[in-house]
Amino acid sequence: MADAVLFEFLHTEMVAELWAPDPDPGSGGKRRSLSVLEGLGFRVGQALGERLPLETPAFREELDALKFLCRDLWAAMFQKHMDGLRTNHQGTYVLQDNSFPLLVTMGSGPQYLEEAPKFLAFTCGLLCGALHTLGFQSLVTASVASLPACKFQVVIQKS
Amino acid sequence: MAVCIAVIAKENYPLYIRSTPTESELKFHYMVHTSLDVVDEKISAMGKALVDQRELYLGLLYPTEDYKVYGYVTNSKVKFVMVVDSSNTALRDNEIRSMFRKLHNSYTDVMCNPFYNPGDRIQSRAFDTMVTSMMIQVC
Repeated sequence: MADAVLFEFLHTEMVAELWAPDPDPGSGGKRRSLSVLEGLGFRVGQALGERLPLETPAFREELDALKFLCRDLWAAMFQKHMDGLRTNHQGTYVLQDNSFPLLVTMGSGPQYLEEAPKFLAFTCGLLCGALHTLGFQSLVTASVASLPACKFQVVIQKS
Repeated sequence: MAVCIAVIAKENYPLYIRSTPTESELKFHYMVHTSLDVVDEKISAMGKALVDQRELYLGLLYPTEDYKVYGYVTNSKVKFVMVVDSSNTALRDNEIRSMFRKLHNSYTDVMCNPFYNPGDRIQSRAFDTMVTSMMIQVC
C-alpha cells in the first residue's frame, strides 16, 4: 500500500510549500494560499471528472453525479468510499468522511483544528472541478468539528 | 471508415472537427450541426426513460442517402459525432461503438494533458493521429 501514501506525502509538501515563505502573513496571504490549493484541486478534478466516468453508465440526474463522487472519485483518490451523503433535495449536499486520509496523520482531537482548512482546500477544489466537468456549477466548503472527521458542503448553483 | 469526426463541447461549440475530402467540408459541418438536435432529443429522452437506458453510445442519429451519422455523449456532456459513408456496408454497430470508445479514451488523455486548457480547441498531435487512423480510406 505504498502507492496510497504517496499522494498524502505530496499533498503534505504542497501545503507546507505554500505556507513556507511567510508562516503568519495575516488574512490576505492565508486566503491566497487557500485559493492556490483550490485552483490546483480544481484542475485535477476537471481531468478526473473526465477520465473516471469512462466506464460508468450515463448519469440520469444530479444525485447520480454526487454518488459518483462519493464512491468512485473517493476510491480513486483515497482508496475508500465516503461515509455518508445527505441532501435536502434542493441542490445542497453534505458529504461526510469520518476518517479523512489527509487529516488522519494529525491524530484525533482538537489539537490541530485551526490548521485543518489548509488540508481541505485542495479537496474542495477537486470536488468543484469534477462537478464542473460533469456539468454542474458548485460552491464547495469544508468543515471539521473533530479530527479526522470532516464534512464537505456542496451547493449546486442553478443556472 | 469515417468521413467526418467532430467533438462538441457541452456548451455546443466545436472543440474539434475534421473531414475528408476537404472539398466536402461545408456539407459535413452542416450535417454535424443538424445532428446536434437529434443528440439533444436522445439525451432528454434518456433522462425520462423508465427503463434503465444509460448508454453513452447514441447509435444512428439519422441516415441520409449517402451517409450515416452516429452519436456518442460522455458523462461530462461532451458530444462526439461521426459521419460514415453509407456505401461502407462492412462497418457494423460494434465497430462504430469501439471507434467512439477510442475517441473517448483519447479525449480523456487530452483533458489530462497539463498544457491543455479545458474548453479550448483540441490541438493534440496524438489525437490527430488517432482520428487519422479512423479516416484512412481502405479502398
